[in-house]
Amino acid sequence: MIARPEAPFDRWRRSGGWLGVVVLVGMIAVALVGPLALPDPASQPDIVAGAQPPSLAHPFGTDVLSRDVLSRVVSGARISLAIAALAVTLSLVLGATFGLVAGYWGGWVDTVLMRLVDGALAIPRLFLLLLLVTVWDRLTIVPFVLVIGATGWFGTSRLVRAEVLRIKSEPFVQAAQALGAKPARIVRRHLLPNTAGPLLVAATLGVGNVILLEAGLSFLGVGGVRPPTPSWGRMIFEGKSVLATAPWTSIFPGVAIVVTVLAVNLIGEALRDHLDPKNA
Amino acid sequence: MTTLLDVRRLTVNFFSEAGTVTPVDDVSFQLAKGETLALVGESGCGKSLTALSILQLLPRAASIGPGSTIELDGQDLVPLDEAALRAVRGARIAMIFQDPMTSLDPVYTAGSQITEAIRAHRNVGKRQARERALELLEEVGIPDPLSRFDQYPHELSGGMRQRVMIAIALSCEPQVLIADEPTTALDVTVQAQILEILDRLRRSHDMAVLLITHDLGIVAGRADRVAVMYAGRIVETAPTDRLFQHPAHPYTQALLASVPRLTGPLQRLTPIQGTVPNPDAWPAGCRFHPRCPYAFDRCQQQPPVRAVADGHETACWLESPQ
Repeated sequence: MIARPEAPFDRWRRSGGWLGVVVLVGMIAVALVGPLALPDPASQPDIVAGAQPPSLAHPFGTDVLSRDVLSRVVSGARISLAIAALAVTLSLVLGATFGLVAGYWGGWVDTVLMRLVDGALAIPRLFLLLLLVTVWDRLTIVPFVLVIGATGWFGTSRLVRAEVLRIKSEPFVQAAQALGAKPARIVRRHLLPNTAGPLLVAATLGVGNVILLEAGLSFLGVGGVRPPTPSWGRMIFEGKSVLATAPWTSIFPGVAIVVTVLAVNLIGEALRDHLDPKNA
Repeated sequence: MTTLLDVRRLTVNFFSEAGTVTPVDDVSFQLAKGETLALVGESGCGKSLTALSILQLLPRAASIGPGSTIELDGQDLVPLDEAALRAVRGARIAMIFQDPMTSLDPVYTAGSQITEAIRAHRNVGKRQARERALELLEEVGIPDPLSRFDQYPHELSGGMRQRVMIAIALSCEPQVLIADEPTTALDVTVQAQILEILDRLRRSHDMAVLLITHDLGIVAGRADRVAVMYAGRIVETAPTDRLFQHPAHPYTQALLASVPRLTGPLQRLTPIQGTVPNPDAWPAGCRFHPRCPYAFDRCQQQPPVRAVADGHETACWLESPQ
């Protein structure tokens, strides 16, 4: 018997995926339960005390307004993860719809939709968002999520379209047509489920992207999150002025961002390996 | 016998920037109730396109030419709109395809795909459809249908998958079953089983079967009649026994001479000289004439279809009185 030797990195990649799952699930659990267990970060301003370094009472220290950084990181997890989850869901729905329609109907529909996507992809997303936020200065969290979601689906739609073009020529699609299936049924029952794999990978990687994007925008002070609500990017932005004297106010939310995005990307990579037929 | 499916003067055109090609050109055949007609020809002769045009599932660039009629029970299918065609597909004319490996959707179980087919055309509940699906699995000779029901296509062998495809095709009791190379992708032993099942089901369901194949060997003993196709045209139609004993068209004769025989004197196999031309380079007149050992001047013109015996027709100048 000849056993296929396992490449030395295979196991690392797989366990990386599981590590990602553990970290992300932990982060979600903390985001859900944490704010209930910890003191309300907004309710104890003690300006006299100022920013205090990490101690037993405040493991992550306190910020300039004497708010517990740990509590704020935990509340921030809720905000940052919620923004990412909602925005990515919206992107997926839009991307999948456009990709399915363009790929299945083809012809001029495909041409029009894909040229629109090409045009949209040519505009840098960050500048588009900055422009929107500047024009719309009272941007609250819900429109912020909508805007991020609505600008994040272009790549997904191309991915889905490419998958649909591949699956459309599979004999089982013709077999379904030969059974009298309506186009809507073929799209919903046969094309969409068969694109689920790449969509899942795009979604996980998209979550990491949106967390970074939100952090970046918040750091520039233009995120949809308004004080005193904490988001990780917002916290780094607020800690910027005291970076030299109280670095912990920025470092801990920064670490939270890095750990979460890393976890999500590890999951994405592992899923990609697992779902890619060439690696099966 | 009453004619169930009547295809007359069927042409299929492909349009492209390079021009129009006609890979199916003036094809006519009839299929009676309960009958098996084999449509035989080499790859590229247009037999699969003929099958797809019956259900109007042609590729986007192709269309059925004017003057073609495809009558099912006296109703012409060619002018029907998509909605009306969907009511025909699967319900009245079902089709099974060559490759059972890819003709089933990998994300659904065998059972759910049969159930879906039943519910697509019939207003029955989930439980009823499930029971019917199990019956069908039993009918196509799948042992232990209950456990196969919940298996995914990748867990089934090629023969099992083709049986599932047949069960799906049968689910709405179609009048006509089109089997496009149903056994080409299967092992020889499994081929025989699948053909056996098709034959049995044709009898028990009183279906008409259009068996499309490149393999004359599977035609003998299973088809009532054979239509031989070459370069987009039907060159000869005859009852199966008659075709094997008295092939009239030189192409049919050449085909038979190129197939090894197990009985009779040992003979050298005679391959057909040359290759099948592409649809954009079909010769004028009889399309076989550049490869035909008997070709003479008249073969530059298209020979008419003539009856040489009862139910036996061919398009060849050799069979025509001068």
